[in-house]
Amino acid sequence: MLNLFAKIIRTGVVTDPAPNLDDAVIKELGIEVRRVLNQRFSGSLAIRHVDAGSCNGCELEIHALNNPYYDVERFGVHFVASPRHADCLLVTGPVSRHMEEALRRVYEACPEPKLVIAAGDCACHGGEFGISYASCGAVENVIPVDVKIKGCPPSPEQLLQGLLVLFQRMKITLALQKNS
Amino acid sequence: MKTINPLQGFFDACTESGLAIAPVDTSILAPASVLTIQPVLWRDLALAAKNTGMRWCGFWAQEITAGMEAFSCLELGGSYLIIRCQFGTDEALPSLAPIYPAADRPERHAHDLLGIQFEDQPDNRRWTRHQAWDKNQYPLRANFQWIPPGKPVSGDHDYPFILGHGPGVIEIPVGPIHAGVIEPGHFRFQAIGEIVLNLEEHLAYTHKGIEKLAVGRDAGGVARLAGRVSGDSTVSHAWAACQAMERASGLDVPARALWLRAILAERERIANHLGDVGAICNDVGFSFGFYQLSRLREQCLRENEALFGHRLLMDCVIPGGTAVDITDQSIIKIKDSVKLLSTEVAGLITILEDSESLEDRLMGTGRLTPESAANLGAVGYVGKASGQNFDVRRNAAYAPYDRLEVKVPTYRAGDVAARARIRADEIQISSQLIGDLLDSLPPGPYHRKWTSPQSACEGIGFIEGWRGEIITYVRFSDNGCIARFFPRDPSWLIWPALELLLQDNIVPDFPVCNKSVNGSYSGQDL
Repeated sequence: MLNLFAKIIRTGVVTDPAPNLDDAVIKELGIEVRRVLNQRFSGSLAIRHVDAGSCNGCELEIHALNNPYYDVERFGVHFVASPRHADCLLVTGPVSRHMEEALRRVYEACPEPKLVIAAGDCACHGGEFGISYASCGAVENVIPVDVKIKGCPPSPEQLLQGLLVLFQRMKITLALQKNS
Repeated sequence: MKTINPLQGFFDACTESGLAIAPVDTSILAPASVLTIQPVLWRDLALAAKNTGMRWCGFWAQEITAGMEAFSCLELGGSYLIIRCQFGTDEALPSLAPIYPAADRPERHAHDLLGIQFEDQPDNRRWTRHQAWDKNQYPLRANFQWIPPGKPVSGDHDYPFILGHGPGVIEIPVGPIHAGVIEPGHFRFQAIGEIVLNLEEHLAYTHKGIEKLAVGRDAGGVARLAGRVSGDSTVSHAWAACQAMERASGLDVPARALWLRAILAERERIANHLGDVGAICNDVGFSFGFYQLSRLREQCLRENEALFGHRLLMDCVIPGGTAVDITDQSIIKIKDSVKLLSTEVAGLITILEDSESLEDRLMGTGRLTPESAANLGAVGYVGKASGQNFDVRRNAAYAPYDRLEVKVPTYRAGDVAARARIRADEIQISSQLIGDLLDSLPPGPYHRKWTSPQSACEGIGFIEGWRGEIITYVRFSDNGCIARFFPRDPSWLIWPALELLLQDNIVPDFPVCNKSVNGSYSGQDL
């Protein structure tokens, strides 16, 4: 047990940005995410991830968002187990035809505003798999998409960046709705 | 010195049983020996193979001018034997599932995609096909006509699961979408209280038609596709595909490229094992292990990005070599970081082994007996944790591993703890191997220009991926494009093990059991 605590103390908080540009960029992005979230979601955003047929590459990078370097929860972003608890769907993969109905049903189960992020090249435009007897291709061929995060797979930084774009777009949409 | 062919026992058994077999061809699908037979011998030869202790590793088929051709791949003592036979499209092939239970799903897959009928198949339910195409259509046949459906494809609601009866038996459907960030698949539990009576998997939700997509692609396109068969095994799948294509075309890959591929593959193994051991800790609520190991994994991935341009090393392995080289400075850097990683992991594992709560949750959980593992032909860490002492890098060594000593850890406990321990051991072994590979890294070019074969040819690749043995078959048509690509992910052999090892465990232990096996959904769904 002593060893365990010693290791924790020796490891320290790796989340603090190391003095290189990459980490600084991540931190800046994260703060920006929190600012927008405070306005729209009272400091939290619940994400339901749906793998609609990916190769698992995107999942590995989404997992990385939870590691101590990115620690996405500190920005109020957290992953939930049910679409009914979610503000946002994060969809990966081309939509396989075998997952088509499941994805539609998740979308229906998700409460408004039903934000959808398509993460990864496959989710954005079909990627390596495209449209075939087995694949519907891009996520937007099945459900409406708000933001596309490219990359094969997108890096954790790109995923955070995508979240930011989502909120900016939401603000614009809300402003337009108010004006009309 | 005369070397003894490990397959000799099998040939002797065939002779004794009066099975007339032609001489084997050792060149067409080298390093495997190929036995071409008549369909009538299909079942008898499998029986003889089983009786001589051969491990069954894979089944695939293809449409040819004369009808169908089926391949069955077996292994004994590091020697691979491929039995192939041609038969008419309307003829049925005897099922091997009654002899080798792991043949069940690959045969059903071949039925769903190619329309091959099997005699005496113990389970004639569909496997890969859900509702996306009609049961009389076969996507891998040349005459398959696909018309985009005008309406959404419905879910596979009527799949006939095995039912449990009796007082107190409850049924728990889970999936295809699971609670975590994980691939989709359906699990059907029958339980009494918390105890699992039976688990049945219903997969193929991520079926993307990879085998069909490969047809007509060039070598580079197939390598890219192979790198996305299972995203966590991108190096090893791309390597297996490239190895098969290079063997088919007779391309000699520069030595440096082989060493680089091995370095990439060992880095992939380390990163995945770090992630998995961490996730196993997380699944039993031991967050210390999860955060420490995911920290180390992230360090590896960042180094991958810095040195090779991609965190997961996608598209680094290309036909003819690698897309990346390393500098002398990088060599020093990798050596240092690998040494540091090895020390850190050793320290962490000591802490994890000290934890009584972890021991309590992992030891004895999800036990796969060595007998069951042998019966299923389990490979990789699942097999090694259950006494199956096999690793392609050592038993059927390919370059550069034929120049290196590859240690293979094995345990007999077969529980979650043993599977975690194999991974911890393999992290250390891979770290050592990376050091050895860097020390012996040959100079010279790291790729050679790919030239498409001028006539029809075929090849096979055998690679030890981080999950276990990968077997990839390719056939080129005479225009230099791919006519058939079949990547046999180790997940085909370890998914059935999960069903078995979960029996009599409690339902809440499913996540940790599943993580310890970590079959690839995408790799088996194709």
